Amino acid sequence: MKNKEPLILVVVVAFTLLTYWLVEPFAHSQMHKHVESQNFAYADLAPIIKTGDAANGKALVTGAAACIGCHSIAKDGVPAGMDAVTAAGSYGVNPPDLSNAGALYDPKFLADLIKNPAHALNVAHKFDAAKGQMHPMIAFAGAGGDIDQEVADMVAYLQSIAVKADELTPKMAFEEACGRCHTMKYENWTQLGTKPEFKFEKESLAYDIKVLEYQEALTKYMGKLPPDLSMYFRSRNEHFLSTFIENPQSQLAGTAMPRVGVTAETAHKVIEHMADAGDTKRHERESVGKNVMIFIIIFAIFALLWKKQVWRDLH
Amino acid sequence: MAHFTKATSVKDWLNQRLAIEKVEKVMASEYWIPKNINFLWAMGMVLAITFTLLLVSGIFLLMYYQPDVKDAFYSVNYTIMRDVDFGWLWRHIHGVAASVVFLIIYIHMFTGIYYGSYKKGREMIWISGMLLFVTFSAEAFSGYMLPWGQMSYWAGMVITNIFSLGGLHMDGLVEWIRGDYVPAQAFLTRFFMLHVLLLPLAIMGLIGLHFAALRIPHVNNQDGEEIDFDAESKKYLAGDKAGSKVMRFANDFMSKDMMVVGIYLIFFFYLVFFQYGFALDPVNFDPADGLKTPAHIYPEWYFLWSYEILRPFSVNIGLMAFGFAQVIFMLLPWLDRSPNAVPASRRGAFSIWFWLLLIDMIVLTAMGKLPPEGIFSTIGLVAALAFIVLWIALPFITMNEKKA
Repeated sequence: MKNKEPLILVVVVAFTLLTYWLVEPFAHSQMHKHVESQNFAYADLAPIIKTGDAANGKALVTGAAACIGCHSIAKDGVPAGMDAVTAAGSYGVNPPDLSNAGALYDPKFLADLIKNPAHALNVAHKFDAAKGQMHPMIAFAGAGGDIDQEVADMVAYLQSIAVKADELTPKMAFEEACGRCHTMKYENWTQLGTKPEFKFEKESLAYDIKVLEYQEALTKYMGKLPPDLSMYFRSRNEHFLSTFIENPQSQLAGTAMPRVGVTAETAHKVIEHMADAGDTKRHERESVGKNVMIFIIIFAIFALLWKKQVWRDLH
Repeated sequence: MAHFTKATSVKDWLNQRLAIEKVEKVMASEYWIPKNINFLWAMGMVLAITFTLLLVSGIFLLMYYQPDVKDAFYSVNYTIMRDVDFGWLWRHIHGVAASVVFLIIYIHMFTGIYYGSYKKGREMIWISGMLLFVTFSAEAFSGYMLPWGQMSYWAGMVITNIFSLGGLHMDGLVEWIRGDYVPAQAFLTRFFMLHVLLLPLAIMGLIGLHFAALRIPHVNNQDGEEIDFDAESKKYLAGDKAGSKVMRFANDFMSKDMMVVGIYLIFFFYLVFFQYGFALDPVNFDPADGLKTPAHIYPEWYFLWSYEILRPFSVNIGLMAFGFAQVIFMLLPWLDRSPNAVPASRRGAFSIWFWLLLIDMIVLTAMGKLPPEGIFSTIGLVAALAFIVLWIALPFITMNEKKA
């Protein structure tokens, strides 16, 4: 009799694959809108035409532009005016230290941010000047000279003090670009920094209370406490995270999350850190996976040979 | 009392007390299987292996899982996935096996339907198999609650809510099942109990029944041939292995079982390590939040066809259609009025019925996942109606079937 098994196998595999395709790739393509990556080009922001002068920029940042009224610059020994919890109480969120801003963020974004924060951050929908709602960061209106030149100088200064791109670790990228709003509990990260190990519970609770106070101010400012990102690498996919970081409005219109303006490289590092937290064992999975596959293939070959041997007498 | 003599060997000692030689004959070497069967007959062994994988991985997970609404998500995603050595491996095996086991169950079921393996004394095999399907479904659903992610919570909410819908209006029952007004601690603890104790016990008992139901009518074969197992086995034992129509379960058929299992495990472990997303839904990696409904709530793929039978109708009709879909497969041996226990390909109209049912269930599965909008809800409605019409038509198209 003709052997029908190959045909049966084809039928079983074909129906299985069809069902898989329908409920996975096809259904998900219908459920979630596809957002194309712009490769962090920030095409809506004007390029910097002027050549910046770092020394002049430093004078502006620490002087006329009054940046250090709110921002610390640890690299240059400029301390923060107030602690993080008090700052969050005043501004909604603790203003970032500017030491590595030049490495984390796109220069075009920084320039636009200095001139028009709500525009660069893509949160103009949250602030209505007519109702007295002002973005907590005050726009730089110029120090008397050519404003474009002044902004270029300030960006040049920030770039000159920042770490080199290859020194920026995924952990740093995440903590500095995302960590003032988002916790990452599985990495022990709070909005106030990595929670230290305390000897006494009382101290640990006191720290937690400070975090809660910070979060209270943050919640009031954002409308909702930004989510913990420990498992976001598994609950979202890489493409979603990347396009969301690039422009949160593209995936979630009206969200309070600002466009953070990171460079493509920084975004890549942020996502790598999220993978380190949410998919910690991915490298082990790949290496164990390869070995298991080799083992199973050898098992299948032996099983096939055994079957052939046993069935020799049956035909 | 039986007469015991001084044992000549360990085997003899055991034999006098447990009759191990006889047991081995009954269970393996003289358990006769027809030769004219194909690899689809190995799905039982594939299921047994998959169930073993679920059981073993489940035991390891159970050592670290915390059935507490505050700790459950953490114990799964931190303790098991990060802290415990190879915890991620057990979880991936458990999650993928829970999904793949249904693929194999469906293949096994449709094999039974195609070859008419629920007729002529094989009704109990079919019934016990369908009971296994029901208990496996309950096991899968209760297990899905345990990570206490967004899909756990909201699937638990939606499915238990079914009893409060429309004319049923059994709100008291819903509260009784949940032990609360919403899925919360009481809900999680009782589903944990069901998942790790009561349902696995029921499954193991039913597997015993399923195997036992197979002994007297014997395994069906791919030609619908009636085999005289006594005569054929005598022929085999007399040395005419090639001429006999039957073979031993072990090692003859077992060797083929293992070959299929080997190929299956390549596929299975590929999914575990490299393609697990379909079984471990990303949405469930967000912790449960009763104030944040996910945009799309859908069951796992193996429940989609019956979900889609519920969905396209008005509430009361949907509930009736859903109830119909849950019990109708169980009645198959009586709805099929034809005495022919032969492959569908030789049964005329039944053959068309079989392929239509299979395609209809795939369409229902796809529409069950897609958002119920526009053309998808129309296709879903047509497919759900087709499902009901197919089953109502079955007795009529099989009644006048010619003797094959």
